[in-house]
Amino acid sequence: MAELLLKNINKQYDKSIKGNAVTDFNLHVEDGEFIVLVGPSGCGKSTMLRMIAGLEEITDGEFFLDDKLMNDVPPANRGISMVFQNYALYPHMTVYDNIAFGLKIRKTNKKEIDRRVREAAEILGLQDLLKRKPSALSGGQKQRVALGRAIVREAKLFLMDEPLSNLDAKLRFQMRAEIAKLHQRLKTTSIYVTHDQTEAMTMATRIVIMKDGVIQQVGTPKTVYDYPENVFVGSFIGSPAMNFFSGKIVGNRFVSEGIELKVPQDKLAVLKGQGYDRETIVMGIRPEHIKMQTGLKGEPRFEHLRAKIVVSELTGSDMLLYSSIGPQEFIAQVESRTIVSPGEEVMLGFEMDCAHFYDEESGQRIKAEERLLEKISV
Amino acid sequence: MKDAYFASMTNRKKVLKIANFILLCIGSLLFLSPLWWMISTSLKTMKEVMSFPPTFFPTDWKWENYLKTWEAAPFDLYTINTLTITILVVIGQVIVNSFVAYGFAKIPFKGRNVLFAIVLSTMMIPGFVTLIPQYVLFSKLGWVNTYLPLVVPAFFGGAFNIFLLRQFYMTIPNEMIEAAKMEGASHFYIWRKIGIPLTKPAMATVAIFSFNGAWNDFLGPLLYVNNENLYTLQLGLQVFKGEMNTQWNYLMAGSLFVLLPVVILFFFFQKYFIQGINLQSGGKS
Repeated sequence: MAELLLKNINKQYDKSIKGNAVTDFNLHVEDGEFIVLVGPSGCGKSTMLRMIAGLEEITDGEFFLDDKLMNDVPPANRGISMVFQNYALYPHMTVYDNIAFGLKIRKTNKKEIDRRVREAAEILGLQDLLKRKPSALSGGQKQRVALGRAIVREAKLFLMDEPLSNLDAKLRFQMRAEIAKLHQRLKTTSIYVTHDQTEAMTMATRIVIMKDGVIQQVGTPKTVYDYPENVFVGSFIGSPAMNFFSGKIVGNRFVSEGIELKVPQDKLAVLKGQGYDRETIVMGIRPEHIKMQTGLKGEPRFEHLRAKIVVSELTGSDMLLYSSIGPQEFIAQVESRTIVSPGEEVMLGFEMDCAHFYDEESGQRIKAEERLLEKISV
Repeated sequence: MKDAYFASMTNRKKVLKIANFILLCIGSLLFLSPLWWMISTSLKTMKEVMSFPPTFFPTDWKWENYLKTWEAAPFDLYTINTLTITILVVIGQVIVNSFVAYGFAKIPFKGRNVLFAIVLSTMMIPGFVTLIPQYVLFSKLGWVNTYLPLVVPAFFGGAFNIFLLRQFYMTIPNEMIEAAKMEGASHFYIWRKIGIPLTKPAMATVAIFSFNGAWNDFLGPLLYVNNENLYTLQLGLQVFKGEMNTQWNYLMAGSLFVLLPVVILFFFFQKYFIQGINLQSGGKS
């Protein structure tokens, strides 16, 4: 069990090249949390994980594990175990020996090794495979062995570096649940790296979204999904991605080419209060907050617009409508039973309460200042 | 009728296959002929060896030549001597080169590539250039007339074998090493428990090459060993080479004795041999 504190962590691979792999990373992880670092490839998430593991040096900043400074502690003495993307199993050893490897190095006595390996095997359902070599295992089984190797050490902290990305979709789904279950059972603080936002959303207690080595947002999956701090987070989290429109506030409306939408009072107040009246801003709205007009009539929170359907895509439970209004293209996620054909013009309702507004230049969400919030609540 | 036979695809293939087989047989015979010449010479009398035109098969099969050869010099002692040197050289080459190769492949350190380039560049220096300085060095150390000049260098690595093993180590994913490191293994432990078992084929190749080199070495023992009791097999064969005339039949019989272990070794390890050659050409086994 462990508490993590990462203070102003920086990583620079080559001093002669400007720009950091990780810049000013600050994070406090509570005991038992399941943190997911997510971001596109090259965003520094794996580098961060490797620094925590001790496989990369921390260029600048401090890393505390249970109040102990870890910067210069060798990987083996940090009490951290790690699961790698390609499993990193030793091909010449049996599953049993693979799991027992770390314990043998630590000169744990044989009985204890046997007890722990069998316990781990039972948790992961590997009892019948202990005598097999990794080459005789399927991808999912290999991943389970890698997990077994991590849990058998009873480490304070688990690190997982894209552990599911080598598995096929169905197995990934299954293993995702298994890892979540494992975490619930062991309650070991875990840090999980992935580029898959679905994995992040489903597994994390908190998500850390990174881009270009900088944290974009930290929060629970719900917060991150419902209140993306900037345009990048909005577009990265959620599938299909959030729709963005660039436009201006004119009167009480958001005006963009071919689009005019009434902005709810509270949002309008914030925008105007911060001087965004008639300034170019970006509006973001998730596909599921754009509905077909049918059955919505009379609901005041929907703003209706006529749009042309370009393509409709049935995902099973939902239907995605790739739509356009003039030059603006966006996606609406509607009921799967909707019947529309490409080229057809339909009325779409925008749920403006769920829309977000972003500064065009910085991409940051325009939110009520603290004192403004207080005023509103009074 | 004939045309009809060749028109069929399967028939055409069959004929091609037979033609291929015959060609290969002729080629093999051609390449085996020197070996046969050696065997046939070893079974002839000296008179027949010198006769003209030469005979392809001995008229009189002198099997006792082998016995006489063996008794002409203390070959049993020479065999033991040669084996001693060879085994030590093989042990040295296999262990030390594997160790160095692991370092070059898996331990990042400053100047690693430069150092590796220097190691490789030693391959460009012809052995004969260093022959005299080396002799001077060893004689000053008082190592002449011992096996030390033949054995000790093997424990200091050889560029070619280091290169061969390093290429093999490069194919082991870094994550595997890192995983072991996180479990608390030292580099030495990783090399022993993971490196060696996973590079066995390459190590076998190195072992075969070193065995071959040490077993067949003539110049080294010739330079450093004067005491007859320390002679190796290759030196021992000289007894059949007089100043005036050479006893070809005995020399060939002796050479066959010496050749035998190498041939046997090749038969058992040809899989690794070929893998090693494949490695050099950049192919992965």
